[in-house]
Amino acid sequence: MTFPNSLPRPPEELPRLAAAWQSPRGWRLASTVKNEHIGLLYIGVALLMFVAAGVLALLMRMQLALPENTLLGANTYNQVFTMHGTVMMFLFAVPVVEALSVYLLPGMLGARDLPFPRLSAYAFWAYGIGSIVFFCTIFFGVSPDGGWFMYPPLTGKEYSPGPGADWWLLGIGFIEISAIAGAIELIIGILLTRAPGMTLGKMPIYAWAMLVVAFMIVFAFPAIIAGSTLLELERLLDWPFFIAQRGGDPLLWQHLFWFFGHPEVYIIFLPAAGMVSMMIPVVARTPLVGYRAVVIALVGVGFFSFALWVHHMFTAGLGTLSMAFVTAASMAVAIPTGVQVFAWIATLWRGRVQINSIALFLLGFFFIFVLGGLTGVMVAVQPFDTQVHDTHFIVAHLHYVLIGGMVFPVFAGLYYWMPLVNGNRLSERLAKWVFGLMFGGFNIAFFPMHISGLLGMPRRVYTYAPGQGLELWNLVSTIGAFVLAAGVLLFFVDVARTLLRRQQERGNPWQAPTTEWLPVHQFSMRSIPNVHSREPLWDHPGLPAEVEAGRHWLPGTSSGLRETLITSPVQARILHLLRLPTDSWLPLIAAAGTAGFFLLATVELYPIAYACGIAAIVAVVLWLWELDNPPHIAMAQIGDAVSVPVGARGSASHAFWGMVVLLVVDATIFASFMFAHVHVSMLLNICPPPGASLPEPIWPLLAAALLAAGSVAIALVRRVLGSRIAVGALSLTAMVCAGSAFAAQMIGHGGLEPTADAWSATIAAMLSYQGLHVALLLIMGTYLIVRSASGRLRADAHATLDTTTLMWHYTTVQGLVVLGIVNFLPGWMN
Amino acid sequence: MNASVLAPAGPFAAWIAEAGWLLFAAGALIFVFVMVLLALALRRGAGPVRHGLWIVGGGLVFPVVVLSALLAYSLSLSVRLTQPPPADAIVVGITGHMWWWEVRYRDPAGGRDIVLANELRLPLGRKVVLGLSSADVIHSLWVPALAGKVDLVPGRVNHLVIAADTVGIYRGPCAEFCGEQHARMELVVVAQPEAEFDSWLAAQAMPAAAPAEALQARGRAAFIDQRCVACHTVRESSGVRLGAIVAPAPAAVAPGRATLDPSATLGPDLTHVGSRLTLGAGTLPNNRGTLVAWISDVQHFKRGARMPSFDSLDPATLQALAAYLESLK
Repeated sequence: MTFPNSLPRPPEELPRLAAAWQSPRGWRLASTVKNEHIGLLYIGVALLMFVAAGVLALLMRMQLALPENTLLGANTYNQVFTMHGTVMMFLFAVPVVEALSVYLLPGMLGARDLPFPRLSAYAFWAYGIGSIVFFCTIFFGVSPDGGWFMYPPLTGKEYSPGPGADWWLLGIGFIEISAIAGAIELIIGILLTRAPGMTLGKMPIYAWAMLVVAFMIVFAFPAIIAGSTLLELERLLDWPFFIAQRGGDPLLWQHLFWFFGHPEVYIIFLPAAGMVSMMIPVVARTPLVGYRAVVIALVGVGFFSFALWVHHMFTAGLGTLSMAFVTAASMAVAIPTGVQVFAWIATLWRGRVQINSIALFLLGFFFIFVLGGLTGVMVAVQPFDTQVHDTHFIVAHLHYVLIGGMVFPVFAGLYYWMPLVNGNRLSERLAKWVFGLMFGGFNIAFFPMHISGLLGMPRRVYTYAPGQGLELWNLVSTIGAFVLAAGVLLFFVDVARTLLRRQQERGNPWQAPTTEWLPVHQFSMRSIPNVHSREPLWDHPGLPAEVEAGRHWLPGTSSGLRETLITSPVQARILHLLRLPTDSWLPLIAAAGTAGFFLLATVELYPIAYACGIAAIVAVVLWLWELDNPPHIAMAQIGDAVSVPVGARGSASHAFWGMVVLLVVDATIFASFMFAHVHVSMLLNICPPPGASLPEPIWPLLAAALLAAGSVAIALVRRVLGSRIAVGALSLTAMVCAGSAFAAQMIGHGGLEPTADAWSATIAAMLSYQGLHVALLLIMGTYLIVRSASGRLRADAHATLDTTTLMWHYTTVQGLVVLGIVNFLPGWMN
Repeated sequence: MNASVLAPAGPFAAWIAEAGWLLFAAGALIFVFVMVLLALALRRGAGPVRHGLWIVGGGLVFPVVVLSALLAYSLSLSVRLTQPPPADAIVVGITGHMWWWEVRYRDPAGGRDIVLANELRLPLGRKVVLGLSSADVIHSLWVPALAGKVDLVPGRVNHLVIAADTVGIYRGPCAEFCGEQHARMELVVVAQPEAEFDSWLAAQAMPAAAPAEALQARGRAAFIDQRCVACHTVRESSGVRLGAIVAPAPAAVAPGRATLDPSATLGPDLTHVGSRLTLGAGTLPNNRGTLVAWISDVQHFKRGARMPSFDSLDPATLQALAAYLESLK
């Protein structure tokens, strides 16, 4: 057999590799950008949020244990249940599944790290700071209290004058940045950094699941970002998007929220399903049955999930025909889920199952999730849902699918992958107790809620009257909740004990088949493996030793810095060498600045908020300045007879595609604002409404022409890279064009009064979003000129130009769409 | 008072309850089937599986067949439940407030609105169309014993057709979180034989009874003096409304006392408050003692309610007020 690299390896290769990947010591470890550290920190904070929100749940259960209880007053209870839901959904559920992917995916794909390590670090610190500050609002009694779903008009300024709603809108809103950043990492990482030979058809199912999830995040999260922005603008500036008296519509929020909210629950479930697909083959000691069917099923769930959001609005008074379609789609999503369930059982059937800690939690998952999925099919039947919607029956359903469908697989995963941390396993003996307490406690807590809901107990009530038959079920639920909590507590005791044990040689304790179980050091694996099957460690038992000896690809470092390979999206053929950024404080500073800006703005400490924002921008600029360097050599040797280009330019660059993903997110946010405009327009009898008017045609035409000119100018920069003067002149021209295009748009809308009616407000929202982009273009254009003037913009290093150009063309197209929709929609509608 | 989905007292709730039992039975069967498969999978040793049987048979064919049948059933049930109401249906307007229900009947004799609060009465066997709107935030009307719920959304008028076929009193808790006292916003629904309903409605259409005793008269005077009229309307005879939108000639009104303030719809109409089963939208039963307690300390029972606690009133005045309100049957 021939290997990419022959032995013996040069003596300085290994120390040089180790030095490149060395992490800082002590407190300086906070400047790390390696996925193994960031991943663990991320998982840690997410589990902290789980416990914190769980304590809030115990408070709720104590209040509801008895009728007419006075442990928590109404006001406090409403904050507690709002925080419980908000923290669990936004600060635990999505972060924990993203965090696990940050930790696990590179190893599972045969890459040394994620493609944008500093972006991961930024995302983590933003999330870490933001979530802890947000949770602390409960200690000051200023938490949001309008429910995790924050329906206006209750959460508008009139009925929620305090800062609670603003904490939610700004605090949670900016944490979405972390989720979007994670999605970019996942898409680029899964498609472009897999080990050579790991075709899409040989990729672990978990990677498929995360790829689907990443695309779902890209299309779902923008709706909540847009919605939160609109509600905050309404609260801050009185732009009446959701105020019926001025042409707004409370249901507009519901559409935006649930267009995000339904895919969100599959964003939470699919990673867990992917983990189940990884663990079942290990406990059954046979490959997954129906790999291709499961992949198609994952994609199917991803697609279908975007068609279901209206089933959260079954009682809002929308039309019967639309409800029928939604019922059908809501049932249809059970089909790809069923495919996965049968594939898993078939795998267990085929293999010989050993009941260990992992298997126990997987069995718990099956029981609880299938039960929850079946109540889900029940509530898809719209007439039945009209009885159980907004009752404890739904509370039962959602906890069965979320705790069953995500928490139990995650716990199974923690038992399974714990040896990756310091070589030690969690206790098998304690696992039986943890499982028993959690499984028993969960069912005792939540099954009775099906009954109390059917007996007439609504959701979100701080108390209930005696004599309705609710006392027994509530008391039983409370007891179950504490049993569940005891199990969780025992689990964390075991985690602490295990993490405090000394580092061990890890080996492959579960005899797992995938590459995250290869031997690793601070540089991840010694060499990047050639992969030929879905179960590399089963089909190729010598692989660990070969990789460790440095026989596979890139056993050292060509530049003295951190490196991994870029491979083609489908076939995973080697394309080029990727140089990764080193550890840095800048992502942390930028994250702290971003967090400071949003959180301080919430309490209206504007001067410090702006200072933080500027600090963040400065940190980002400094961080970017260190990137986009020319290759240190033209070709780097990664094997005896194989050299590859270093880095890539233009559309072959991974940064280019990262930007493309970001622009898809951007476009989806804009589409959500556009949807708001169309929605309120459709509510009007006359469009524009009385008192409002469209611009004189000269201004939109002028704006369109200037936008186009700006794009042309920036596109020409590519051809004049040699001349700094030409680059500067063209960039400046483009900036002037973009700025004056926006000015023309604003002059045309000179008489716009956003507070007068929702139609005007939605136009103002779209204009504001366009203005934000123009401001961004001015910053990026300036940066480009400085970069060029310093001689760093060259034919062999122009990612700065490429990303700026992409954003420029996007802004032009967005601007043209704004002009089109504002000026032509009334004509189409009348 | 009944509030159970599984103890229906009307045709719509009965169809949904029937569907519920069917769904439960089918769900339980499928659940047991999957768990049995799982158990068997664990007991077996290693052995081959028929890929097509599991993935296509179990994963595709089985759900498609079951769900198609379920979809057909669901659609037929929806059609039955959304039949247009008959021409002789009674129409009632319900407006949700934080945290009480404004209820308006149409007087069959005069065609005027009969305004009451927090209680809805239905004649047995007749369909009632509820027109639902909201004065502030989103609420949801839910009477589990009689029908599914429909939301009250500001800016929209939704409709719910209900009917009862069993005499009884049914709870209607608000089912959309609407702020601090969402838990204490219950509509009381009473189903009675048609003759009793007709006489009840006729009584509600009548103006408020004039005070018959001195205590009640003192209560009426206190009702005006304490500015209860600023928020609550009591519709008296000769067209006079205490706290009315409609302004009769000022001379007909107690000099300088009664308000003609149009905002007197801030709180529930009290013209026949004595006839209601509860106070505070289901918070307390309705009797002389609870009236005193409610007026003097409403914030204790329903903190955050828009009505302040009149805790500085002396016991005699409170007794008088309670006597007056109790007499408004």
